[in-house]
Amino acid sequence: MDSNSRQPVKYFISKGIDQFFIGIHDIFKFILQFFKEVFRPPYEFKEVIRQCYLVGYRSLFLISLTGFITGIVFTKHSRPALASFGATSWLPSLIGIAIIKALAPLITSLICAGKVSSRFGAELGSMKVTEQIDAMEVSAINPFKFLVVTRVIASTLMVPVLVMYSALVGLGGSFLNVHANEKTSVVMFIHEAFTKISFNEISSSLIRSVLFGFTIGIVGCFCGYNASKGTEGVGKAANIAVVMTMFLIFIEEMLIVQGFNLIYPNE
Amino acid sequence: MKTQSANSKEAVISISQLYKSFEDNHVLQGVDLDLHKGENVIVLGRSGSGKSVLIKIIVGLLKPDKGIVKVFGQQIDKISKQELTKLRLRIGFLFQNNALYDSMTVYENLEFTLIRNQKQIRGNEVKKAIKNVLEEVGLADTAGQLPGELSGGQKKRIAIARALVLRPEIILYDEPTSELDPITGAEMNELINEVQKKYKTSSIIITHDLTCAKTTGDRILMLIDGKFIREGNFEEVFDTDDKRVNGFFDYNFIQEKHESYSK
Repeated sequence: MDSNSRQPVKYFISKGIDQFFIGIHDIFKFILQFFKEVFRPPYEFKEVIRQCYLVGYRSLFLISLTGFITGIVFTKHSRPALASFGATSWLPSLIGIAIIKALAPLITSLICAGKVSSRFGAELGSMKVTEQIDAMEVSAINPFKFLVVTRVIASTLMVPVLVMYSALVGLGGSFLNVHANEKTSVVMFIHEAFTKISFNEISSSLIRSVLFGFTIGIVGCFCGYNASKGTEGVGKAANIAVVMTMFLIFIEEMLIVQGFNLIYPNE
Repeated sequence: MKTQSANSKEAVISISQLYKSFEDNHVLQGVDLDLHKGENVIVLGRSGSGKSVLIKIIVGLLKPDKGIVKVFGQQIDKISKQELTKLRLRIGFLFQNNALYDSMTVYENLEFTLIRNQKQIRGNEVKKAIKNVLEEVGLADTAGQLPGELSGGQKKRIAIARALVLRPEIILYDEPTSELDPITGAEMNELINEVQKKYKTSSIIITHDLTCAKTTGDRILMLIDGKFIREGNFEEVFDTDDKRVNGFFDYNFIQEKHESYSK
């Protein structure tokens, strides 16, 4: 066939639908490559630790602030409803369940989606469009291992830690509010807050956090690693990373809660 | 047109009937090229003519649609990932925009490349190797600086240093003098020649700068419409009535004149 002949580009269904399915295929391929590379030496321990520091330690202030405010505000909003039938003594239990089961994993993950996923998307996107990733490849360095695997491991490890920390800070904020109004002691508050929570529920929160952390890492890296078209592409990569991560976190939350309710209908 | 050098040295890179398209943009349309040991080959062509695509295929960053690309006798698109990694250690690549790791200092740029590829190398040897290579490119005092703090010419030199730190046998230069003033450009040409002499490298130099082509090239190939249409030394290439070739020469001449008047 003459290579000069111009052929119209053919699509299976339409350009948009084809690209959607190609995108799904690409992200699954990306995830598969992560699992292939993660167990294969050499291991970039130093870079993993550096990323853990950036993801975990550098997010502490923001997580502390949002966790604390969530605890206080949620307690304040819940009090009138319970007070109307004289059940303010149930506040610690309600807050404990709400923060540990739902609020801490979700809010912390959403904040990390904005802070961490966008950073991954922008960093890797910038490296991609300035050919730094290609430069690693031609220098016989595996850029996927150094850039993607390390970041995904760090976010998978650090998000559950941040979730636990956020839950504790949130309960602290809630305690201050409860103590100021109901004069509840710290021992009583802790006892009440954890009485209604089972080990399975705490495990469920942690498992969700691990999954959210993985999603934050993999989506941010995927968007950055596949960025194109210069600075506009970098902005787009960071933006899509945040939007897609948040969307996936809500979907995962819904599916896990539904699944957990099917397995443990009484919890 | 199959390109051949005047000497009969072994070919370190051998390309035969190479085709590459991006959707309906047919960039390379049957390119043949042999790069012999110790030779500097210039690939001249207009922007977007596929020069960079050619060297990216050689190093395995892009896959050819059709044709055979052999580097040290190994067909680049048929070898395993491990073999490709080993092969890449023998090839240095200078990107058009340098592609220095911008969050690392100059020293870290070189160290990162070196220690990941030479696992047995000790701390002192790393320092010594980096110091030597920085001295060779004349920038020993920039080790602690970030790429963003360097001038365009310095960045190009550091990019060459990063390639040299692995002692490659082949160096592929993508527009080594682009965005440089004529004096810095001339210094870069000198450095390319020094590198070839000292390291006995074979090089493909992608450029549209005729001064660079004349100063550094043993052989010049002109890429137009996806094919090499002229081959030879500088005089042989431009001794033609072909307007596409002459137009290129005239433009460079006018640009040089314009730059000298501006100064």
